Amino acid sequence: MIQHLIVLPIVLPLVVGIILLRGRGGATRPKRIIGVTATVLLVAISIALVAQAASGEVTYYALGDWQPPFGIVMVLDRLSALMVLLTSLLALGCVVFACGGDDEQGSNFHGLFQWQLMGINGAFLTGDLFNLFVFFEVLLLASYALLMHGGGKARIQAGLHYVVLNLAGSALFLIAVGVLYGATGTLNMADMAQRLASLPAERAGLVSAGGLMLLVVFGLKAAILPLYFWLPKAYAAAPAPVAALFAIMTKVGIYAILRVYHLVFGDQAGALAALDQPWVWWLALGTLVMATLGVLSARDLRLLVAYLVLISVGTLLAGIGMRSEAATAALLFYLPHTTLVTGGLFLLAELIGKQRGKAGTRIVKGRPLYNASLLGVLFLLGGAAVAGLPPLSGAIGKALLMQAASAEQQLWLWPLLLLAGLGSLVALSRAGSTFFWRSHEGEPSGQPLAKRQLFGVTWLLAAAPLLVVLAGPVSDYAQATAEQLGEPAVHIRALLPETTDGDEA
Amino acid sequence: MILPWIPLLALLGVVVPLLTRQRGRRFCSLATAAPAILALLLVFSQVPALLAGDLPRFQLAWVPQLGLDLAFRLDGLSLLFVSLILGIGLLILLYAHYYLEAHEPFARFYSFLMLFMLSMVGIVMADNLLLLWLFWELTSLSSFLLIGFWSHWTDARKGARMALTVTGAGGLALLAGLLLLGDMAGSFDLGVVLESREAILADPRYPLMLVLVLLGAFTKSAQFPFHFWLPHAMAAPTPVSAYLHSATMVKAGIFLMARLHPAIAGSEAWELIVTLTGMATLLYGAWFALLKTDLKAILAFSTVSHLGLITVLLGIGSPLAILAALFHILNHATFKAALFMSAGIIDHETGTRELGRLGGLRRAMPVTALLTSLTAAAMAGVPLFNGFLSKEMFFAEAAASPLLGGLSWLLPVLATLGGILSVAYSLRLVHAVFFKPARKAPPKSPHEPPRLMRAPVELLAALCVLVGLLPVIAEVPLGLAVEAVLLTPLEFHLAIWHGLNLPLLMSVIALIAGVLLYALHAHLRQFGRQFSPMDARLIFEGAVQRLMTWSERLTVRLENGSLQRYMSWLLGAALLLGAIGLLQLPSLAGARPTQEADGILLLGAALMIFGALGTVATHRYRLISLLMLSVVGLVVSLTFARFSAPDLALTQLSVEVVTMILLMLALFFLPQKTPRESSAGRNIRDLGLAASLGMVVASLNYAVLTRDNHGISDFFIANSVPGGGGHNVVNVILVDFRGFDTLGEITVLALAGLAIFKLLNRLRLFMPHSDGEGRVWSPDRYPLILTSVSQALLPLALLVSAFIFLRGHNLPGGGFIAGLITAVALILVYMARGVEWTQQRLDFQYQPVAIAGVAIATLTGLGSWLFGRPFLTSAFGHFHIPAIGDIELATAMLFDLGVYLAVVGATLMILANLGKLTTPHRPSKEEKH
Repeated sequence: MIQHLIVLPIVLPLVVGIILLRGRGGATRPKRIIGVTATVLLVAISIALVAQAASGEVTYYALGDWQPPFGIVMVLDRLSALMVLLTSLLALGCVVFACGGDDEQGSNFHGLFQWQLMGINGAFLTGDLFNLFVFFEVLLLASYALLMHGGGKARIQAGLHYVVLNLAGSALFLIAVGVLYGATGTLNMADMAQRLASLPAERAGLVSAGGLMLLVVFGLKAAILPLYFWLPKAYAAAPAPVAALFAIMTKVGIYAILRVYHLVFGDQAGALAALDQPWVWWLALGTLVMATLGVLSARDLRLLVAYLVLISVGTLLAGIGMRSEAATAALLFYLPHTTLVTGGLFLLAELIGKQRGKAGTRIVKGRPLYNASLLGVLFLLGGAAVAGLPPLSGAIGKALLMQAASAEQQLWLWPLLLLAGLGSLVALSRAGSTFFWRSHEGEPSGQPLAKRQLFGVTWLLAAAPLLVVLAGPVSDYAQATAEQLGEPAVHIRALLPETTDGDEA
Repeated sequence: MILPWIPLLALLGVVVPLLTRQRGRRFCSLATAAPAILALLLVFSQVPALLAGDLPRFQLAWVPQLGLDLAFRLDGLSLLFVSLILGIGLLILLYAHYYLEAHEPFARFYSFLMLFMLSMVGIVMADNLLLLWLFWELTSLSSFLLIGFWSHWTDARKGARMALTVTGAGGLALLAGLLLLGDMAGSFDLGVVLESREAILADPRYPLMLVLVLLGAFTKSAQFPFHFWLPHAMAAPTPVSAYLHSATMVKAGIFLMARLHPAIAGSEAWELIVTLTGMATLLYGAWFALLKTDLKAILAFSTVSHLGLITVLLGIGSPLAILAALFHILNHATFKAALFMSAGIIDHETGTRELGRLGGLRRAMPVTALLTSLTAAAMAGVPLFNGFLSKEMFFAEAAASPLLGGLSWLLPVLATLGGILSVAYSLRLVHAVFFKPARKAPPKSPHEPPRLMRAPVELLAALCVLVGLLPVIAEVPLGLAVEAVLLTPLEFHLAIWHGLNLPLLMSVIALIAGVLLYALHAHLRQFGRQFSPMDARLIFEGAVQRLMTWSERLTVRLENGSLQRYMSWLLGAALLLGAIGLLQLPSLAGARPTQEADGILLLGAALMIFGALGTVATHRYRLISLLMLSVVGLVVSLTFARFSAPDLALTQLSVEVVTMILLMLALFFLPQKTPRESSAGRNIRDLGLAASLGMVVASLNYAVLTRDNHGISDFFIANSVPGGGGHNVVNVILVDFRGFDTLGEITVLALAGLAIFKLLNRLRLFMPHSDGEGRVWSPDRYPLILTSVSQALLPLALLVSAFIFLRGHNLPGGGFIAGLITAVALILVYMARGVEWTQQRLDFQYQPVAIAGVAIATLTGLGSWLFGRPFLTSAFGHFHIPAIGDIELATAMLFDLGVYLAVVGATLMILANLGKLTTPHRPSKEEKH
């Protein structure tokens, strides 16, 4: 089994999904057991993957035994291992939370959830541009089905925008991949990177057209400035465990940008290197501004958290836009923090909403909560973490990013990042004081918390203090990952030893 | 290794009250005090080392990338502050034990209080700038919780949020400032920073850094114009005010200025900004202290004023000024904490803090009256009290400062004015509460508080007098602290009498004029009333409200919920970026020669253009538009056939048929015609966007097709037979070379079926009873000819798909096409016979069929693991089967079977779900949920 480790994060959820989806009906309990067990296994597998990747060696798995660049490969390096681990940790919190009752709101929840994980993990692991497209499709369709889970007008409306825009994005993806294949003659990213080094100058425009169109697609996934408008309503409408899992979906876009523009358009690509940089940098700053305004404008906690996701997108993209090793390391520290904490906040919003009766998650005075203290502490923890207040992980991530900025970048990044933090602080303190302090009249409503739901929330929010305690090792890993990303040549040599040697000779 | 235990013990104090709350308040209070006492003892245990000239430090690497270490130090300055924090904290704990009502959640209160103590201890002991910042922001957070402790009260909530916002914002500025400072000094280690003064002052970023750091300090220490949060923070329970807003939190800004003094002070900018801000704060606070009528508000504004005084001294920055500042920090903490606690006692025992309802309390509360008078005298700067000493030093430094050049006389004059005001408000405080006859009776009949509740006040008042009489006892701690700030020891002597000199004269003037001013107090208040009252809270809340409304308006305008708009952004972005790439192309056409265009090609192209334009032109008649679209699809299949891609042609054809039928089913639920909705401008925008994007994509296509592609495809052609066992390269690519893609895509298909089921499951759709012209549907739902033809076709179609499937590996065909053909035949049966009839005969669900397809494909892939090969490795061989003969079998065919089943299952899932919507057996009724 050990030699198949790299492909397991895809095959395991695929097989489990098949088992769970083989019939529509059936008892919930066995499905829950299977779903949770599989996710726990996935966590174990991803830990093993991180351990393997931590050596710094880039390893790959050739599907169908067709060697690169001809076959499809799954590539394990520090970055992909980190992303897969992050996905599985997030998923575990979500799936346990869903077992608290959300999974019974509609059909096929657990099976779709597993296939969603398959799509996400595939996107993180694949070393092939077309295969990336396929996994984008898997995760798009699965997420659309999950978004519809439980039904309702708001979901159907938000879901339509989501799916139509993303299908249009897929079409663009195909066009872009077609152009890149036409210009370079390969789909394997490492091979494409290598071929760009010796690309006839005459074709540079073609490659840059393909590369930039690809950026539009990834930008849509990541929710960058003019392409994020679908996100807030869709995330706010999604069922809580799905919305929480979606916290990783924007990161798929961010991962894709990191991967493609560091490997394919890495330093070896000459004039085409860092094709994305100016676009990403300025649009990221714009995203940060608009997301902050969104946070301030939100009158519903779910929407508020959705805009917090956007702030994190803006922050991460700014990190990419800075294009330096330090900035990449900083954003890779910030990424797990923001993914887990915003995911946890989506779950928490659901618990708060459930205990407030009619008022739900709207930020208005309502009846007092049944578990006000416990939820209050969790809200404080999550809110402080996401706003970047110490002593939680957000503060360290933000400080790392600020420190990584060069003198000119500081001029833009610092005020915007700090104001985003302040805006979050204002909005969250307002929401928190309304939920936990202002709502003190009348009898408490709602029922006691379901243990599973509480576990889900705590599991995710525990990241905030844990990432602080482990800040040393985590930032070391992030640093090493950034270094690895900055050396596409090593990556290429690991996948294509013969051809590279040939070139050198 | 003792140092880290001090904050750790404070951290323990956060947890202890929560663990011991079940055991009664007394136990809980004692248990909470224990770690703090222990910490204080640990602090004192370090004094001998400090006196010997050592600097106890502790360092543990934490986040090296950031330069953040877990580093603590205990120099003289830390010692002074940490003793204040822990000492007064303990007194506050004792006081709070009596202050809180029986029903209030005392354990939570203690826990918050200790959290605050922890963060303060952290600030003053931090030996790393970033660590200092972490604790700094933690004070904002913990003070938010403490101020909002009486959360049922609007004032408390709003005061807490305001304090959090202002100090939090300052904290963010401070972070930026400290990052700059660390960058200038080359390290965040405090020891290094304090010794890099030259480098820091010479750096061009120095002014920016200074402003940012001072923003942090000023917001925290309530300096004008950021003072406004402090009076509103008085909504907190009195122990909190006494602790946070007299002795500790508001001193954090002062501490920061003192801490960084060796590194960043001394420039002209520093002197001007800090001194003038301090002076403005001093006067502003004192003036309002004189006008307010709420006991705690008076104390709050007097605190603002005294913080201004200390700031002025730090701004002046001479060694003696630093000494005076530190001395006043000590004195202010003692008398102001005592005064706050007295105010709390009065409030607690009378039920009010309004001066108008108080008066003559000296009879009912003689001891409290005495204590308050003593501490107020210290605040006023009456001789023989500690406040006198530091205030006189302040006067002396103000008089001696050369700041402001020719206007340097302004400082002593303003300082004296501040002194006058402070005498007046102190006098008013004591007189109005204890001596003036009461105009109205207080809500409760007043009496002395419990003995132990008064004890902290007694202790602090005694200290005020003791230091006032014997200033020498403060010399040792002050000496250590001054040394820490100046980095060199300072020779000094504290004395009550310095002879007849200017400061003494200023003191005398302040005392006499202060008394006079109080006599004129009624007129002053009259004067003060002329100004419209500014409630900082209303202004702040208003500003936040406006900001929210404004951002909501902007957000709604941008995200107006229009899919068309979002799409145009997406397509516009693709257009822009694609065009930028094309612009860099030297010429659109590449080196490859173009093919001759013949008549058939031209005809095909014309048909395709006609179809595409027709689709757009007729888009308001959906059915016709759809038919036009199918023209495009058909010509595309023909194009594939023409350019020798029979597989693609077959696939495209069958996909076309299936999608058209499904779309027509969906059309049933839509209005047949749509009204004209778009404005002319919108039409032009959309047309322009579509046309230009089309042109860009077409240009890209042309550019790609006219260039040679030395790609990986040669490998596939060469290896199809030897490696994949099939002559149909396309099929071998699909099921072998890139089988993993196909596996993903059939998963997508199955997912699409599942998603459509989920979407339609609960949908209640309007079912039109007639077509667009108002003709009702024909009663003959299942025409006879169609039913007979479809039934006859079904077995034929199945046979054809089996044939197509089997030849797939070597000739055009394969699982995908075969699946689509089967699906088409079944769809025909559905249409001819209706869902009910068909489902009675095809009595199974389609979801399992689709999933089984994925399962077979996956199992085929997993099978290769048994042979130790990677996932999806194919195997093939020639087998001899009796009666049939030699046959070539490949595992890829099994995989292809999976593809076939997935396609059939998913297509029929979609069809059946759409079809069911029109039947009584709606899926929603079959599902339980």
